Amino acid sequence: MKPPAFKYVAAGSVEEATARLAEYGDDARPIAGGQSLVPMMNFRLVSPAVLVDIRRIAPPDAIEEADGHVRVGALTRHRALETSPLVRERFPVLAAAMGHVAHLAIRNRGTIGGSLCHADPAAELPALAVLLDARIHTASCSGERIVEAGSFFEGALWTALEDGEIVTRIDFPLLRPGTGWGFREFARRHGDFALAGAAATVTGSAGRAVEVRIALFGVGETPVRATAAEALLTGTGLEPDAVAAAVDALRNAIDPDDDLHASAEYRRHLAGVMAERALGDAWARVGAGAGGGAA
Amino acid sequence: MERIDIGLTVNGVRHERQVEPRRLLSDFLREDLGLTGTHVGCEHGVCGACTVLLDGDSARSCLTFAVQCDGASVRTVEGLGAPGALHPLQESFRRHHALQCGFCTPGMLMTALDLLAKYPLATDDEIREGLSGNLCRCTGYVNIVNAIRETAAARGDDTG
Ligand SMILES: Cc1cc2nc3c(=O)[nH]c(=O)nc-3n(C[C@H](O)[C@H](O)[C@H](O)COP(=O)(O)OP(=O)(O)OC[C@H]3O[C@@H](n4cnc5c(N)ncnc54)[C@H](O)[C@@H]3O)c2cc1C
Ligand code: FES
Ligand code: FES
Repeated sequence: MKPPAFKYVAAGSVEEATARLAEYGDDARPIAGGQSLVPMMNFRLVSPAVLVDIRRIAPPDAIEEADGHVRVGALTRHRALETSPLVRERFPVLAAAMGHVAHLAIRNRGTIGGSLCHADPAAELPALAVLLDARIHTASCSGERIVEAGSFFEGALWTALEDGEIVTRIDFPLLRPGTGWGFREFARRHGDFALAGAAATVTGSAGRAVEVRIALFGVGETPVRATAAEALLTGTGLEPDAVAAAVDALRNAIDPDDDLHASAEYRRHLAGVMAERALGDAWARVGAGAGGGAA
Repeated sequence: MERIDIGLTVNGVRHERQVEPRRLLSDFLREDLGLTGTHVGCEHGVCGACTVLLDGDSARSCLTFAVQCDGASVRTVEGLGAPGALHPLQESFRRHHALQCGFCTPGMLMTALDLLAKYPLATDDEIREGLSGNLCRCTGYVNIVNAIRETAAARGDDTG
């Protein structure tokens, strides 16, 4: 179908974007890459009266390292994150995950800010933000704030953003040396939203896991950290029985939905399998790195 | 309804037009410029028929408003080759019988062009993964993969 009529406003700066959003209130929406918003408008699921184009409010594809973080501008495209040498060096898990987002033509246009704000429960980037304790910088007419990724996602397609507030930047705190990573998802076809997926980081020292992080997606309203499983694995050498106990804990902690594509029970099973594999990859990478982990 | 002035280059030709904000790039190309080579299937990003190159990168023209393309450079299948002077990729599609009804072909070609520019395409898995966002209801994909594999291999020898 065709999208409903709307008024188009191109903003040239963060100040202009937030001023316009405040001016038009509830009727207005920002548009970045349009890769989630335009399909919803074509389906007439949403019909904003005003679109504020924010693509020119900041330089595109801004990725830099500063103060112990990799900072990614909200207008950075998926494809730029996937191919950035800095991201590949500092956050290979992020680069690997981006390769699973949609198809090249969509990654060429879709932005990091758009993916976070759209907040699809099966999307990769929100899960990675939660995994990596990212800090989401926002701006509105009433000022700027920083929201921890862990409290940004409030429900399916629902975030902590207030009306008229936009995301400007995402900061990823650097990983500690000796950290391995894993990313696994299962989708029916490459580029489709995953039925379930898991991302993990494990920091090893002297053959023990000193810090374990696991994030799951596609298993509920929002991406979630598997905190019980993380606690069970911390201090272990990720022996098979420790991993099995953690996977059980993680399956018990989630509440996936039934839908056309998979039953809740299948998703619960799949989440465990994906997490187990991601943990295995992460632990192997600790061993392969200089940090000294798995023997 | 309010209309907005835009200017963009399509296949090397500059066009100035007034468009409604809700005009999709796909409809702009087809209806306003008469370039009906770009096909429209699903209008929500899943079939790939409408894929064009936007500032050099493949993009879904059905998920892009024409107003967002002010100042941009667009390449459509009409800019690829002409009857009697096909692009090597089109030539390869023809040779391998990589199309039947042809509905998906413009999107396949524009997608493949971007894949060839950005990926090694050393294995069939990689080619199939790259085409996962383009649906074909006729060929069963085998001949499309064959055509792209041959073009990818030839790329090493010449410019591609
Ligand atoms: C066929 C298809 C397959 C896909 N598959 C996947 C997939 O496998 N995994 C995945 O993660 N995604 C997938 N996507 C979604 C894709 O990643 C989108 O690009 C992304 O979710 C949105 O980014 P965008 O810049 O295009 O946002 P837009 O569509 O422009 O905006 C999305 C929403 O966020 C708001 N918004 C955008 N930017 C900001 C900002 N800076 N501040 C505040 N609000 C903002 C908009 O108002 C809108 O509500 C798919 C999309 C399609 C069409
Ligand atoms: S018409 Fe654009 S992807 Fe189907
Ligand atoms: S040739 Fe008919 S859809 Fe591909």
